Amino acid sequence: MSTTQNPLRVAWLCVLGLFAVLLVAGCGSSSDSGSSDEITSIGQTEGAVNLIAWAGYAEDGTTDPAYDWVTPFEKQTGCKVSTKTASTSDEMVKLMRTGQYDGVSASGDASVRLMAGGNVDAIDMSILSNYADINPSLKDQPYNTTDGKNYGMPHGWGANVLLYNADVVKPAPTSWGSVFDEQEAAKYKGKITAPDNPIYIADAAVYLKATQPDLGIDNPYELNDEQFNAAVDLLKAQNKNIGEYWADATKNISSYTNGDSVIGSSWQYQTSTLEADGQPVSSTLPEEGTTGWSDTWMLSNEAANPNCMLEWMNWMASPETQVQVAGWFGEAPANLKACAMDKDSKANCDTYHAEDQAYYDKIAFWQTPVSDCGDDGGSGGGSDCKTYDDWVQAWTEIKG
Amino acid sequence: MAAEATVPAPRRSAGKRLADLFQGRPRLTVAALLAAPLGWLVIGYLGSLGVMLVASFWHLNELSGEVQQGFTFDNYTQLFTGDVYRTIALRTVGIAAAVTVTDAILAFPIAFFMAKVAKPSMRSLLVVAVLLPLWSSYLVKVGAWRLMLSQDGAINWALEPFGLHGPGFGTTAVWLVMAYIWLPYMIIPIYAGMERIPDSVLNASEDLGAKPLRTFRKVILPLTFPAVVAGSIFTFSLTLGDYITPANVGTKQFIGNLVYSNFVSNLPLAAAITTTPIAVMVIYLLVARRFGAFEHV
Repeated sequence: MSTTQNPLRVAWLCVLGLFAVLLVAGCGSSSDSGSSDEITSIGQTEGAVNLIAWAGYAEDGTTDPAYDWVTPFEKQTGCKVSTKTASTSDEMVKLMRTGQYDGVSASGDASVRLMAGGNVDAIDMSILSNYADINPSLKDQPYNTTDGKNYGMPHGWGANVLLYNADVVKPAPTSWGSVFDEQEAAKYKGKITAPDNPIYIADAAVYLKATQPDLGIDNPYELNDEQFNAAVDLLKAQNKNIGEYWADATKNISSYTNGDSVIGSSWQYQTSTLEADGQPVSSTLPEEGTTGWSDTWMLSNEAANPNCMLEWMNWMASPETQVQVAGWFGEAPANLKACAMDKDSKANCDTYHAEDQAYYDKIAFWQTPVSDCGDDGGSGGGSDCKTYDDWVQAWTEIKG
Repeated sequence: MAAEATVPAPRRSAGKRLADLFQGRPRLTVAALLAAPLGWLVIGYLGSLGVMLVASFWHLNELSGEVQQGFTFDNYTQLFTGDVYRTIALRTVGIAAAVTVTDAILAFPIAFFMAKVAKPSMRSLLVVAVLLPLWSSYLVKVGAWRLMLSQDGAINWALEPFGLHGPGFGTTAVWLVMAYIWLPYMIIPIYAGMERIPDSVLNASEDLGAKPLRTFRKVILPLTFPAVVAGSIFTFSLTLGDYITPANVGTKQFIGNLVYSNFVSNLPLAAAITTTPIAVMVIYLLVARRFGAFEHV
């Protein structure tokens, strides 16, 4: 080829030019969006709603015809439901920030970030008729309320329990020491499992709160340097005995079935599924207390269909829907009327301790760690607590 | 070599006039032909790389965790000062190298048999057999290995009568599974390289008195080495970026897992981490070029 200019040089110039354009565009000003006016009424529904939800939170009967609370909602309100399933809280936050969705079923470790980021709207909950029947313990909590404003409808809750193979783990464990104490945990070396989630650091903090009172841990999500390092060190030591960190419930179940895991932090859902399968497992809420999740349906501040979303929130909180959701997903319903529907719903509520206040009080519910230590005495109430970013980094180091 | 058209053209159709436009203008012809693929390469491929590099200088808002556009070296500082990132990078490169060497050792005799020993009908059968695993989903294969390696799985079951125990989940398992999954990508280039060696060369070596081992060392190995390097680019780079295998049969993190876990929670950091495998691959490709991997592929 006998061109006057070297084509390679032209190509490089093109690439450089492109990068320059990107740099200018990328480093430009960032935009802030979002108003924080409270929603005080439900208007005309829009005909559609786009949800971000945990798997099993918006069943339309395709998985199991007996569990369908989406179709009746669509019939009643005319709002066509589209669901995007997310598998982690981080993913939910990311999806919400695209502005493409109307609402989300956020756990506490996501909801605090969404409220702080101005991605969700405050709602005058009195406009939603089912809010009155919601378990009072779930109202006005740090994970759904900021500055006295409510940001959504409680969905349901559950505890992280100690799940173990009763044939292998003897005697039955009563303490998180079985997975955290070096000598205890070494007995099941390579067969201990833990959730693959930075928020698991709080579980170590719950254990330390009980076993090392000198650290002065009060809220396991508000940790100062010393408390945080103690929790991280405990988890690094535990890492030697961990066989696998589980990321999804199905894999966790198969690990117990195949003998790869015999003890670890899990959900009641896994326990019930394994028990139904005839596996020799059992689970307990250890004496130190535990962590747990409590989910909230929240409304995006960029929602294209806010009224359908508000209708959906109210629908999800109705006793009829709550019975179905709690039975399908395996959790305690937020609406206590759902425990008094029939014998099955009562049994389900008993399994998940929905009406057991003593059980509920043992749970430190997930919330996003932020630098503000809150006004409790334990961490000193300063603003030097470890942020979620620190937790994520530490989690990388713990897993190694 | 251009044959200039000197006869004045009468009125012609649009297509013919377009043809006239390119007549005698080789650079215009090349530009028109390459516009679409080059545009795709620069905008779609290099563009996304550029966006990623730019994003690696962004940071997260502390309170809300939202991505803030701006300029900071924080992500790179974190990457270079944190011990864990170095450990993970070294572990990943180590496994990628181990997988590459394993695959080369496994692939060599298979490729030699296919290219030089097997009859033509047998040869095509073998090529299909080598490629067959690529027809099934990657996820299914990793899932199958997960079952085989599990405590109550097939490997432990088979080893039990001998009083042995399988590797279980861990870094050894990652090495095994990766070596299995990427093997076809090593066999095919070596096979292609060996096929190009004329039989007469091997016969000549024999006639000159070289023993089979000497023929292998002095003739076959040097002639196929560029093909091995070409294959190694596949096995090495594929191992370097994989996160599904470690997530399923491993216990430790690899670069891919770091990118995956940070991709959602901390995009700028994930972008910064991605520069590590890119740097490793650039160096690898430069070395591979030295060895002539790009000359006959």
